[in-house]
Amino acid sequence: MLREFTCIMCPQGCDIQAELEGNKVISISGNKCPRGKEYVTQEIKNPMRNIATSVLVDGGELPLASVRLTKPVPKDCIFPVMAEIKKVRLAAPVQEGDVVISHVLGLDSDVIATKTVGVR
Amino acid sequence: MRQTDAVIIGGGPAGLAAAIELRRKGIEDILILEREKKPGGILRQCIHDGFGLTRFGETLSGPEYASRFVRRAQELDIPCMTDTTVLEVTPDRRVYASSSEGLLEIQAKAVILAMGCRERTRGAISIPGTRPAGVYTAGVAQAYINLKNKMVGKRVVILGSGDIGMIMARRMTLEGAKVLGVFEIQPYPSGLPRNVEQCLNDYQIPLYLSHSVTEIRGRDRLESVVVSQVDEHLSPIPGTEKEYACDTLILSVGLIPENELTWMAGAKEDLGTRGPVVDEHYQTTVPGIFAAGNVLHVHDLVDFVSLEAEALADGAARFIQEGALPACPLTVKGDSLVGQLIPGRCSGQEDVTISFRVRRPLKNCSIEVCQGEKVIRRVRKPKALPAEMIQISLKAEELNPNEDLEVKVVC
Ligand SMILES: Cc1cc2nc3c(=O)[nH]c(=O)nc-3n(C[C@H](O)[C@H](O)[C@H](O)COP(=O)(O)OP(=O)(O)OC[C@H]3O[C@@H](n4cnc5c(N)ncnc54)[C@H](O)[C@@H]3O)c2cc1C
Repeated sequence: MLREFTCIMCPQGCDIQAELEGNKVISISGNKCPRGKEYVTQEIKNPMRNIATSVLVDGGELPLASVRLTKPVPKDCIFPVMAEIKKVRLAAPVQEGDVVISHVLGLDSDVIATKTVGVR
Repeated sequence: MRQTDAVIIGGGPAGLAAAIELRRKGIEDILILEREKKPGGILRQCIHDGFGLTRFGETLSGPEYASRFVRRAQELDIPCMTDTTVLEVTPDRRVYASSSEGLLEIQAKAVILAMGCRERTRGAISIPGTRPAGVYTAGVAQAYINLKNKMVGKRVVILGSGDIGMIMARRMTLEGAKVLGVFEIQPYPSGLPRNVEQCLNDYQIPLYLSHSVTEIRGRDRLESVVVSQVDEHLSPIPGTEKEYACDTLILSVGLIPENELTWMAGAKEDLGTRGPVVDEHYQTTVPGIFAAGNVLHVHDLVDFVSLEAEALADGAARFIQEGALPACPLTVKGDSLVGQLIPGRCSGQEDVTISFRVRRPLKNCSIEVCQGEKVIRRVRKPKALPAEMIQISLKAEELNPNEDLEVKVVC
């Protein structure tokens, strides 16, 4: 089966054509680098995505600290992961890189702060 | 009056990278002036990841990317006055600013303009109908949600397929809003293909090309918008109107360099980029006044902003140390398919990097850099999109110091 992909690994966004047989990539073209093949291989098995959002900070100079995942998670875990992150309330100070939730939902990915928020 | 070697206006990625690189080149006396409470620029609100792939080989969020530069500037003890707004720059490089200490007057040997850009609101202004609450530009909505913890609405229509609009479509969906669609007047998306994929397709948010919002309805709060299909001249086609009930309309119709100070200083405008005309040293038409980053031309990738500001620092350091830069008598022009071309002038005797965008999506074209009849560089492009800035670096040896340059797109 021939399938087309837009690679999201980098801003180039290559248009990739891949010949697939079940979960196997038979041939691939259009990708300018090897990450394109990695992307397609992952995409047909189990698409993975990263997300970014914010958590509330009590007593901080800012009301929110932004967070992201250290590794992408399966696409269908995005909303459950969002719900987990929503439950969190941090107390200032927050340091960039602080682990906010380790192994969120038991997945191989941590939620980390991406912004330092000092005490108000 | 205070005297310094370099005053940098704006503490975003461009200003910070320029400051760090100037210091590395031996310029000690540097001052960054920043309007906001903290340096970092617009990236403080761009919390999604995807920054730094070119620069650091890893993918960071906007705040993390910015903080690497903020920390480096702090380590180097480069002073950055925050809460300080520059009000005027004169052609002889005096800078007037208002700060908590009162009015500042600074004489600089070199002034570096790094004020970034602001969002266009055009399009919104010309849409007929009422002006209820609930209409935001994408960047303002981004600031409310990501900095102030204010959700802007629950049923959302997005006008324009710029990257920030698509990123906000995803962001609002994650926050529980229903994004009814992204409507783009052009027959192609104006943002990057990866954002169509990961911000819209991933969340089943429809993208309607050749569509525009033609009426805004509502008394106090937005109640609905009317959307119409447009023809090849971008005029609404009667009979195609469709009403969408919504409480929020987000405009993502492009960015425009913020250059009031630049024009006050007497620098000439480039009508293509809407920023100042610069030469290969990123010097404007006013000697000693330089510009890089979004104030010069709108960038989609901050990695390129950092690189550009570092290249600027090269020229600015030479100007401070030697008092002048080599003349740039050659013009650099683009043909009708080439837009937003930088630089406008070059010396023909030094390496130069040319940046531009194609004006519409193209397939299987060649880009040629020519001097007279001679093609000095040809780059094959299977795909070229207006959303992507194209850069071509030329070596001094390739250039004829006596002939103007032209960038041509051959399809
Ligand atoms: C809303 C928005 C979202 C964006 N999202 C992305 C994205 O997701 N990914 C991406 O790669 N790029 C994004 N961009 C582009 C982004 O702006 C650039 O990548 C980069 O931040 C540009 O850096 P800069 O230093 O030129 O400008 P900015 O980051 O805008 O910094 C300019 C600084 O100058 C200050 N300033 C302005 N005028 C004055 C004055 N008169 N006196 C003192 N200080 C002043 C401002 O406060 C600001 O801090 C976005 C741009 C906008 C507007």
